[in-house]
Amino acid sequence: MAAPLTLLLILAVTIRAALYRSSLADLIAERVEVVSPLTAWKRVVEGLALLDLGVSPYAGDVFHETPLIIYLFHFLVDYAEITFMVTDVITAVALYLAVKDYNKQVFRKQKYALEAERYPLDCLELIRSPKEMYYIPLKVAMFYLLNPFTILSCVAKSTCGLNNAVIALFILTTIKGNVLLSAIFLSLATYQSIYPLTLCAPALLYLTQRQYIPVNFRRFSFWWFVAQYAFMYLGSLFVMICLSFFLLGSWDYLPSVYGFILSVPDLTPNIGLFWYFFAEMFEHFRLFFLCVFQINIFFYTIPLSIKLKEHPVFLIFMQLAVISIFKSYPTVGDIALYLAFLPVWSHLHRFLRNIFLVSCVLLACSALFPVLWHLWIYAGSANSNFYYAITLLFNVAQVGRTVTETKVHLAASVSGFVYRSCCLTVT
Amino acid sequence: MGLLSDPNRRRALISLLTRLNAPICVVCYMAGVVWFMGLAFEPFTLRTYMSENAMGSTMVEERFPSGERALATGREFAAHKKKVGGMPVDWLVKTMQARGLEVFTQTFSRTLPFPDENKERYMVKGTNVYGILRAPRAPRTEALVLSAPCTQGDHNNQAVGLLLGLAQYFRNQIYWAKDIIFLINEHDLIGMQAWLEVNMGRGGSIQAALSLELSSDVITSMDLVLEGLNGQLPNLDLANLFYAFCQKIGVLCTIQGKLQRNDWDSVSGYSHSVQTMMLMVMKQASGRPWGDHGLFLRYHIEAATIKGINSFRQYKTDTNTIGRLLEGMYRKLNNLLERLHQSYFFYLMPSLSHFVSIGYYMPAFGLLAVILLLRALDLWVQLASPPPGTEDGVVDTEQMWSPDVLSVLTPLVISHLTGVALYYLPIHFQKMALEHFPVSDTEAVVLTAIAVYTAGLALPHNTHRFVSGEGTEHGWRVLKLVAVLYLAVLLGCTALINFSLGFILALTLVPVAAFVTPHVPKVPSAFVLVILSPACTLLFSVFFFQELQEVPISFQDGWVLYLSVISQGILDHSLYGSLVYPLIALLVYPCWLLFWNILFWE
Repeated sequence: MAAPLTLLLILAVTIRAALYRSSLADLIAERVEVVSPLTAWKRVVEGLALLDLGVSPYAGDVFHETPLIIYLFHFLVDYAEITFMVTDVITAVALYLAVKDYNKQVFRKQKYALEAERYPLDCLELIRSPKEMYYIPLKVAMFYLLNPFTILSCVAKSTCGLNNAVIALFILTTIKGNVLLSAIFLSLATYQSIYPLTLCAPALLYLTQRQYIPVNFRRFSFWWFVAQYAFMYLGSLFVMICLSFFLLGSWDYLPSVYGFILSVPDLTPNIGLFWYFFAEMFEHFRLFFLCVFQINIFFYTIPLSIKLKEHPVFLIFMQLAVISIFKSYPTVGDIALYLAFLPVWSHLHRFLRNIFLVSCVLLACSALFPVLWHLWIYAGSANSNFYYAITLLFNVAQVGRTVTETKVHLAASVSGFVYRSCCLTVT
Repeated sequence: MGLLSDPNRRRALISLLTRLNAPICVVCYMAGVVWFMGLAFEPFTLRTYMSENAMGSTMVEERFPSGERALATGREFAAHKKKVGGMPVDWLVKTMQARGLEVFTQTFSRTLPFPDENKERYMVKGTNVYGILRAPRAPRTEALVLSAPCTQGDHNNQAVGLLLGLAQYFRNQIYWAKDIIFLINEHDLIGMQAWLEVNMGRGGSIQAALSLELSSDVITSMDLVLEGLNGQLPNLDLANLFYAFCQKIGVLCTIQGKLQRNDWDSVSGYSHSVQTMMLMVMKQASGRPWGDHGLFLRYHIEAATIKGINSFRQYKTDTNTIGRLLEGMYRKLNNLLERLHQSYFFYLMPSLSHFVSIGYYMPAFGLLAVILLLRALDLWVQLASPPPGTEDGVVDTEQMWSPDVLSVLTPLVISHLTGVALYYLPIHFQKMALEHFPVSDTEAVVLTAIAVYTAGLALPHNTHRFVSGEGTEHGWRVLKLVAVLYLAVLLGCTALINFSLGFILALTLVPVAAFVTPHVPKVPSAFVLVILSPACTLLFSVFFFQELQEVPISFQDGWVLYLSVISQGILDHSLYGSLVYPLIALLVYPCWLLFWNILFWE
């Protein structure tokens, strides 16, 4: 299995290296779909320049990445291209290993269930052969590395790739059952962009199940575990925040990074839902809707965790999808991360409704983004409504896809397919 | 959504769509064509109206008196031009300065990738001269442009004369709120491109521009040219403004060289407006600027070219009247408070007084595009239902999918590489072709392009057999699904940027995409496929365009014209960044090759 993975990595790195050398790189780095005000490389360079001059990088209203990132690139700025390629490789390998481990567990459960003859006859088609499961990790790595979205994001040197790597490492360590590392990577991801905070719930669910601790609010063992995890998580978050403070010597970065993410002052068009809405809104409603929009992202955690508490890995996937759709400055790189998980649930795809329609819409929208942008900004013949219409359609398709995916997954488990066979559950 | 989420109704709908797929497709195609032809029928179109408040009425008193003097200046210019043997820069600078303008010159030089045989130029060197009339009562933040090209030979002297005459007259008026830039550009579009690259912003932001072409002392009608680079059009209000003033002053005005007629209900009246609209569609589809204004559009400047035409009509208009027409238009443009944006940017004009907006013409394209989606749905259903005979569909499809990815990917990559070759080789192999064949530069480029194009057809297209053994039924269906969706997205995007190009490509490529399978008779289908390929479409378009202009040509001349159109396309791309050539070479042609591939699938 190592050979195809190596080939894949070489292919992916070659494509990226070739694109870095081509004239397309500059064009891609300017696309609003690929870079956001948070992740744009141009802004990181600006921040570095300010840092070199001895000014706080947050002095202007340009740089909004976290202090750790800027210190990372302080040393690596000459090797930026290599850094971004390596980051993508790390993400892919982490996802590969995570899914491999996860599949092993799924397969073990399935075998026990088969031996206990707990499979109803009508769901034999959901039993997954070792052969088809054998290729899934490779497919996941391929979906991530060869996804045009990831390639664009990497070529644009969007720091979104780094966030994805951190999240992928978090998923890997969680699935491997390493509580400490899981907490550290989760806090790193939270430190980077706040929203991964919602991944707390699936991580806790998964780790408790793995350690055979029942999710029962009246049991001390459960609370003890939660407290341990919270301590590790908050502790490492505290360390990172203090480290940032000592590196910069000021708290400037807090409003400039987290305030910027939460209060959405930059309304540059992107593929998200915020910019148009807040550009059109009367000023005195702004705070109210800001709260509504932001709470919206975090709110799904509760119902989803209740509904999917038996399937924490699927819950991670759902949360990633929700974040990448509703976050304040989404880019295609965020979408690429959750799209990489699709092969894991490939056996359910036949049951997805309208999957054809939704995929066509996503495809068409991806092509229409630059076209309508051209018509709006360069030709001046279309306007922002055209572009937002496509944004809206793109997100509706994503939501549609996510919702049907959840529905099918739940239906599969509730009607006994998966539940009884324990095909997808971990415990 | 109810229809799609109820499984029974959903199944019924899908089975209906797959059972009646072919008839529905045929009906959609017919409906699309009929809808498009209906666009030229006057009751279905809208009358043009002025949307911009600031230009609401034509209540301006035009008093331009010095037409005769302008003509004399034009003659003087012609004499100096002949003496210098090119652009009389010194004389122009002196004359403009005498008229109280701030004068600047700009020299430029550009080397074409290969000699342009139509205009006989290769290493172009030239000078633009422009004078700015500063607005007496406003900051220098906004400007209008009036330009006239300085062409070789005896053309366009009157336009330069009139431009200088207007400059002198405008100078004495006090009501200007915007700077007015009088530009005389050499080497038509190349000079204009050089000027725009350098001078965006020197005279404040330019709000509108008119380019004037006038080659005789009296004219019979004025023609309005709108089509710009990549099929971009100026805001419809600019056309409305021109039409309104022509009506007021009593100048005959045309679009595409066609007068307006009132007998829309007769057959000849209808065919006249179809002709006018088709001319606009063909010109727009070509993606090239049809006048010197064409490059302004990409900088967000609304611009048009106004041409004086002298034909054999009795009704003559003198230079005084044309001067008054331009004066009126500039005074109205002077009133603008913001850029023209109220009216339409996407429209077709079957006559100068009627237009078809995007909402009316897009359904014609939509009906064609829907065929692709229906075919894709049909293929999807065929692919999703497990093949008869195998019980455990899961394992089977899983096994079939993996080699399929390769057998689909290979033709995709090969056809795109052919496309890349078609894009790069003609210009890069020019030298080599010149050494080995007795051809001129332009011929070398064009013939290389045609050779690469034909070689693409002859490539071994059954590469999937080396990868995965025999091609399967399943294999070509997947490839066709990919190709059909690819074509749908491609045409959709093209139609948004340049409706005419998208529609013409859809007319020819959609039938190909709909009917091709490996099971249709090979020879006749291959023939049809070649006839409907992009290159042949271009050939037919050349003849059709000549036919529309009522100057039919023989096949021999047509072929020569065809070759020059291709070379112009390549030149336009490298000089002004026209997108048609790369679009055809890098996307449309590879997409068509995929269908060619499917036909010869074994």
